[in-house]
Amino acid sequence: MNRVASLLRQTRRPGRLGWTDILSYAYLALGVVLMFGPVLWLVLSSLKTPAALLEFPPSFLPLTQKTISVPGHAQPLELHRVRLPDGSVKELAQVRRIGIQATMIDPANPAAPAIRVPIEAREPIREVAFAWSNYTEPLKQFAFGRYFANSLVVTIAATIITLLINSMAAYALAIYEFRGKNAALLMVIGTLMIPITIVLVPVFLVVTQLGLNNSLWAVILPGAATPTGVFLLRQYMLTLPRDLIEAARMDKASEWQIYSRIVMPLTLPALAVLAIFSIMWRWNEFLWPLAVLTKSEVYTLQIGLNAFQGELQTQWHYLLAMTVMTLAPVALVFVFLQRFITTGIANTGMK
Amino acid sequence: MAGLVLKGIGKSFGPVEVLRGIDLDVADGEFVVFVGPSGCGKSTLLRVIAGLEEVTSGTILIDGQDVTTERAAERGLAMVFQSYALYPHMSVYRNIAFALENMRLPPAEIEARVRRAATMLRLTDYLDRKPGALSGGQRQRVAIGRAVVRDPKIFLFDEPLSNLDAELRVATRKELAGLHAEIGGTMIYVTHDQVEAMTLANRIVVLNKGRIEQVGTPLELYNRPANLFVAGFIGSPRMNFIRGQVTPEGRLVTPDGKVTLPLPAGHAPGAEITLGIRPEHVLPAGGEAPDAILTVDLVEKLGSEAYLYGTLADGTALTLRSPLEDPARRGDSLPIRFERQRLHLFDAAGLAIRP
Repeated sequence: MNRVASLLRQTRRPGRLGWTDILSYAYLALGVVLMFGPVLWLVLSSLKTPAALLEFPPSFLPLTQKTISVPGHAQPLELHRVRLPDGSVKELAQVRRIGIQATMIDPANPAAPAIRVPIEAREPIREVAFAWSNYTEPLKQFAFGRYFANSLVVTIAATIITLLINSMAAYALAIYEFRGKNAALLMVIGTLMIPITIVLVPVFLVVTQLGLNNSLWAVILPGAATPTGVFLLRQYMLTLPRDLIEAARMDKASEWQIYSRIVMPLTLPALAVLAIFSIMWRWNEFLWPLAVLTKSEVYTLQIGLNAFQGELQTQWHYLLAMTVMTLAPVALVFVFLQRFITTGIANTGMK
Repeated sequence: MAGLVLKGIGKSFGPVEVLRGIDLDVADGEFVVFVGPSGCGKSTLLRVIAGLEEVTSGTILIDGQDVTTERAAERGLAMVFQSYALYPHMSVYRNIAFALENMRLPPAEIEARVRRAATMLRLTDYLDRKPGALSGGQRQRVAIGRAVVRDPKIFLFDEPLSNLDAELRVATRKELAGLHAEIGGTMIYVTHDQVEAMTLANRIVVLNKGRIEQVGTPLELYNRPANLFVAGFIGSPRMNFIRGQVTPEGRLVTPDGKVTLPLPAGHAPGAEITLGIRPEHVLPAGGEAPDAILTVDLVEKLGSEAYLYGTLADGTALTLRSPLEDPARRGDSLPIRFERQRLHLFDAAGLAIRP
């Protein structure tokens, strides 16, 4: 805590707040707002009731009308702050409202006669209340667990396969000597220039031919070999001292042993970076799963979320809540592995 | 243990010829040092022997068997790299054991061999450490241990001491000599440091521009260098050279005629000759007739001895070793004599003229 405080009090010259400090802090604050504002907005909005979501002007905190149970009334009554004709202000419960007239009673004295006030004279009393039902209800109806499991399987399996295949390709391109190595590298990098939308249909046809439609393998396999990953790992492997590889060759290690026992352990920082990227890509992937997954039992989370968005109406409160649920795992991965990301990216020379 | 024969080894990187026509015989159990200036091809030659580089031409025989096309792993050699090339993610034990595991030896045998090597190299206390937690000298010993443990046919060392500080280098040099005496393997050692070469080698191979200039025992190279290059390369400070022409009287005169020096008899008048003499064989004239007068430019006192750097009348630089108590100072003119039996003579092509 102390360290955070001293970090926040850093200035260019100790103990003096110069204009550069003010500018820097303003710039950083703007960055924080830009980056965390939407996330915070999302999280708070996911806890609003549907009525509060549609309110205009929107409120930042999830607010709901405060209600009170009054003897003699079956339903809880809305509490309002009312300016009475004599000028005093009182908290009253609204029994009913007809047109511009509201009938109110004093909750402290329910037996007293009702007061009729024009609706401009009353102001609803609101309190912060979290609509947890946004989370609990879809978790019951919506097969969140199943989608979550599907997403998890896709992400983990695809990441493992990606790491394995990409590291082997990178090993071949960085360390193994063979004819046509540069041509192979150029082709791998060349595929970076082909966007997924262009190959979507051909890949779909291939996947269909293989009978993989509506299986998770259809999502896992096509994207397993990423040119980005191959390139990233290759660049990192090039920085490994050549002597190490030659020492291993002298030590009678086979190519496979050099790969698995020398190169892989030393490439861990780059592998961590690629793993994090792969997890984010796979977890957030939408277009391709949408194309190949049509049965709800194989939906991933992202496709499942799409179900809240109907043609005629969108259940925003559920959609927002489930979006938060979907974001959380990636955010956690990031929080715990960000140390690797920064060192790994710095080491691979990738920006 | 095995002998090594190189026949006509050539190696080119594209248009650049790095090695040309290397012929060499290394006997079983011999300690051979490749020495030469940087870029002379000595490291490449070692890598060719190791199998890390393919030859462009020629044959390599190990133990009488042609291994020219065999890969590094199949040749049964061990190499100690300049950077040590220890596997940073493995403990010292695993580093040493790695090759043995690749050879699929039984675990008990691996354990025994690693322990034995560790004891020999005083590494027993560090077996669980990672290379990053070791000092330079310890890393060096691990690298040697990794080679020793395999019981290779030939040990190859690629400038193994160049990353150590001066003191440790001397100590490790002694250890290497001791190691060779103890296990008696065939060792090939590359260095640019001629002191290492002189102290370690049974035989030295002097390389220059991809060719072998001379092969011989350290003292042979020192006392009877075959050419100007070897004469200049071996010995520190380097040998003094005075270029000149043979006069009709059989003396040597420098091109500008300012210095004439005595020569042994038997040289044709008019021949271009370079006279070489080591600093320790240049003596103050004392009472005798001086061969030349040296103007002292610089005096270096090394504690045990002093070196005087000066110039002759024609501007040729000359170095001589003198006792520490020599009172010579900068600017002094010193009459000097050359020890007659220690003169080295080279012809116009730079080859030694042997009587």
